[in-house]
Amino acid sequence: MTKADIVEHIFEKVGFSKKDVTEVVELVFETIKETAEGGDNVKISGFGNFMVRQKRARRGRNPQTGADLTITARKVLTFKPSQLLKEAVNTKK
Amino acid sequence: MTKSGLIEKVSEKVKNFTKRDVEIIVDTIFDSMTNSLVKGDKIEIRGLGSFKVKEHKARKGRNPKTGESIDIPTKKTPFFKVGKEFKERVNG
Repeated sequence: MTKADIVEHIFEKVGFSKKDVTEVVELVFETIKETAEGGDNVKISGFGNFMVRQKRARRGRNPQTGADLTITARKVLTFKPSQLLKEAVNTKK
Repeated sequence: MTKSGLIEKVSEKVKNFTKRDVEIIVDTIFDSMTNSLVKGDKIEIRGLGSFKVKEHKARKGRNPKTGESIDIPTKKTPFFKVGKEFKERVNG
């Protein structure tokens, strides 16, 4: 499934113009990215949480050469699926 | 930010839709994504990332308290792989 399929579903359900729906869908994903970029978590009830986590610098190793290196401190994005989503994917169709 | 905050933010940026319309669209987005994952389909959102369901095979486990052996059944877990653009923006 891609963004185009999502737009198609919305179009079938509510029938707004595809161009307008596409704009809103783009804005929804852009707003999620903007919010996380600002360091905030995005919680979509029933679906899951997009969480920004601060990772400290740590020692690592280049697995190919074996050379020691420092992995710099960084922020990473993780997705924690909601209980509902976890249950949904485990139900038998 | 919660889903209602997201709906609020998006509503401020669009002209052709009421807040109620945006709410319906946002709900439909996540409903159709959930349905897709339930069917076992992969979702790819350019710039954001991809979602898929990972299957964990049934395995033998042990109750750590009693040492009793138990069967852990096959389990499916939703998984998100963050896209390049999103990853870089979060760390920017």
